[in-house]
Amino acid sequence: MKRVQFEHSPIPYLFVAPQLLIIAIFFLWPAGQAVYQSFLLEDAFGLSSQFVWFRNYSDTIFNEGWLQSAWFTAIFSSLVTLLSLGLALLLAVKANEVIRGASTYKTLLMWAYAIAPPVAGLMGNLMFNPLIGDLYHFMNSFGYDFDHKLHETDAAFVVILISVWKQVSVNFIFFLSGLQGIPKSVTEAATMDCKSPTRRFWTITFPLLAPTTFFLMVTNITYAFFETFGIIDTTTQGAPGGATTTLVYKVFQDGFRGADVGGSSAQSVVLMLIVLILTVIQFRFIERKIHY
Amino acid sequence: MSEVELKGVRKVYPNGAEAIRGVDMQIADGELVVFVGPSGCGKSTLLRMVAGLETITEGEISIGGRVINDVSPSDRDVAMVFQNYALYPHMTVRGNMSYGLKNRKIPKDEIKRIVEETARMLRIDDYLDRQPNELSGGQRQRVAMGRAIVRNPKVFLFDEPLSNLDAKLRVQMRIEIKRLQRRMNVTSIYVTHDQTEAMTLADRLAVINEGRVEQMGAPMELYSNPRTLFVASFIGAPQMNLIPVRFDGTDLGDGVSRFAGFSDLPMDTDLVLGVRPDILSITTDGQLEFRVDLVEQHGGENLIYGTIVGSDQGAAHGLEICLKASQQMLPKVDDILQLGFDPAKAFVFRKDTGERLI
Amino acid sequence: MNKHTVITHFILIIGALFMTLPVWVAFMTSTHAPETIMREGLQFWPGGHFLETYNEVLFEPGGVMKKVTALGMMKNSLILGIGFSVGKVIISMFAAYAIVYFRFRMANFLFWIIFMTLLLPLEVRIIPSYKVVADLGLLDTHTGLIVPLIASATGTFFFRQFFRSVPDEILEAARLDGASAWRFFIDILVPLSKTMIAAILIIMFVVGWNQYLWPLIMTTKEENYTLVIGIKQIYQVLNEGGELPQFQKAFALTILATLPPVLVVLVFQKWFVKGLVESEK
Repeated sequence: MKRVQFEHSPIPYLFVAPQLLIIAIFFLWPAGQAVYQSFLLEDAFGLSSQFVWFRNYSDTIFNEGWLQSAWFTAIFSSLVTLLSLGLALLLAVKANEVIRGASTYKTLLMWAYAIAPPVAGLMGNLMFNPLIGDLYHFMNSFGYDFDHKLHETDAAFVVILISVWKQVSVNFIFFLSGLQGIPKSVTEAATMDCKSPTRRFWTITFPLLAPTTFFLMVTNITYAFFETFGIIDTTTQGAPGGATTTLVYKVFQDGFRGADVGGSSAQSVVLMLIVLILTVIQFRFIERKIHY
Repeated sequence: MSEVELKGVRKVYPNGAEAIRGVDMQIADGELVVFVGPSGCGKSTLLRMVAGLETITEGEISIGGRVINDVSPSDRDVAMVFQNYALYPHMTVRGNMSYGLKNRKIPKDEIKRIVEETARMLRIDDYLDRQPNELSGGQRQRVAMGRAIVRNPKVFLFDEPLSNLDAKLRVQMRIEIKRLQRRMNVTSIYVTHDQTEAMTLADRLAVINEGRVEQMGAPMELYSNPRTLFVASFIGAPQMNLIPVRFDGTDLGDGVSRFAGFSDLPMDTDLVLGVRPDILSITTDGQLEFRVDLVEQHGGENLIYGTIVGSDQGAAHGLEICLKASQQMLPKVDDILQLGFDPAKAFVFRKDTGERLI
Repeated sequence: MNKHTVITHFILIIGALFMTLPVWVAFMTSTHAPETIMREGLQFWPGGHFLETYNEVLFEPGGVMKKVTALGMMKNSLILGIGFSVGKVIISMFAAYAIVYFRFRMANFLFWIIFMTLLLPLEVRIIPSYKVVADLGLLDTHTGLIVPLIASATGTFFFRQFFRSVPDEILEAARLDGASAWRFFIDILVPLSKTMIAAILIIMFVVGWNQYLWPLIMTTKEENYTLVIGIKQIYQVLNEGGELPQFQKAFALTILATLPPVLVVLVFQKWFVKGLVESEK
């Protein structure tokens, strides 16, 4: 808290009011509604609703489709996070070492941040299109029958690839900045204490990057959970057979396409809880260890 | 054996800037040599070339007879103390001191023994399990030294290790470093821009200017026998008084004041007369007329600052000079004094090359 | 050059290619005739149809109802991007100022409410949000599109961090000079924050322009589509039209959808990176 502050004034209330108002109307109220509706079951015509306690929840959680989504979301998020973090770290380390062409590499590696996930998804979709997509033919050229419209793993592959592609840029920017934040003299001292560059990286550089890595882990998981919606919607739409449906996509599908407001709301709430628990776990167990 | 030898060492950066323009020197086994000079003169660069943190464009550096130009820093058997300590923030003091040894596959109990012994010697054994951010500047400094000492290297390298400490601590640590180095008898190269540190620590001193060694020798040798104008003005505090003069065949003069007692000097050339503050005295038949600006009382002695006055035709008119006087000498501001000096104790340099003539 | 440097450059080149090739191919392909694309697949080099294709896409109405051009969608996206970023900056700065500089009872509580919004993004409350907006009659309006998005706390957090780093002495000097709370904010804090404001504006513009789920749901009429939304719908039409699939148009649209944010990011690269990195908690 600031040492010096203003007191006794109506001004803070005025200043905070706009944001609070928007939050109240467009966040708290809908969030509350979501919780409320999760306890309701609408009839076929949407005319009346019944209070059914936790039935929506049990229907949801024990529903095979939901479990499939949950499972996929878990695997999908882990893979996307690990792959995009790993790739970005590698590129950031290399970009930090190089002198010639450094700024060109940095620009080329970071600009993809500006592309919207759905646009990336559409581009990827076209590149895997059986009619014209080189990538489609490329995958098939290995003697393997690649078809992301039919095969579940192929579809997952496409979606993961595009998601990783999009996220590498952001992670790259942060890793690079984190690397540049390590004092040069510390790396020099390490050069004199340790001959092997790999060893130096894992014993000195990587631990010192821990705060950045942690932050990115949290952001990436959020990205994989939510922002990849755009990618899925423009490529597989969750197909085939729900194999590439993430939990958030299912909320959308059931709520908007399937008109199952109660079930979708229950899913939203469950999703909210999952995210909250994940965040708490990350903060409690990891964050404490990494600050120097 | 750990003598360090530099032969024809040059450093040119990719953009063409020449940082080191040809340095030759030999540092004896167990000697403490100080590289001193103004910022940007290349002293740190030279040190880092010995460490292996900068590449050598031309020439050779050898340690103990072995040429180490292409040897990686960790294989050169040198240890370095950095200006801002460069401690590993995520490791404890013990971790910091053990790291280099661990990487060299020294057995664990051996490491423990060495680390604890060194920590005791440096009086940081109470902090072994603390992290750097829990220590004060002086403590961190000692950990940085400990890290270098446990390595038992052939050469210690110090890169301005005391500049981040407060004045009192600096004096304390200076003495400790000298004692330690004497006791361990390890060849050491110490870089500083502080000439007091240089004078008090060095067995020998190398004054570096614009990538070249202007003079190298024992501190007192450089003080009483500077070879160039630069060395003369750099060594000695307060700085030597430098008066622009010319030789007219008999005496030196600035056009108004005359300084007798000099001969065999080139005529029609710009020269510089160097007079240290401690050889100036207040006399009745002095060569210089001087107006007092400021008196600094340092306790045991006084420093009197002022300007040369006299006819304003003189080249030296308005020049600020300084003299050392006893603590009783307390002239008032704007007092006019006559200052004199023994020409035998003065120096004369060429202005263009800085070469010392007398 | 030693071996290590060669490997480093190699890795970086592969990385750069990986990140740029897809878009390069998309752009190149968009400049070819649809028949060429059908025949040969994706293109690596420019074709001759750049002007023709982009002209069509920008100015001729496409979509299911044939009511919207790419240009029209660009306009919508621009309004969204700019409106969102400006709105966010203003609202966040105000709220952050209040929380940091004032000691009032509810400060902490309000801060936690704002913090909560970070944990629960829009996707989680999508249906009721839609209902609220519909009930307020704000579907298909710019207000309804932009305002709900401003609810989240990212901007507030960022400005809070920044304000906390402003030295206390400045406020003390200002108070001695007789500045009121409002004057301090306008005359001193805002100018001090100029670089940060710029950085946040840039980032939020990109975020706003790239919004997908929310515009998808709350725009029902084609002429209100943003570029990012419109792409998908139009592509579907292009594909199912029964005629030659107009891949070049699809690619052209993706390029158009990407261009403004990419330009902004490239031109303002330094500010953008600074803002992104500074906002790390």
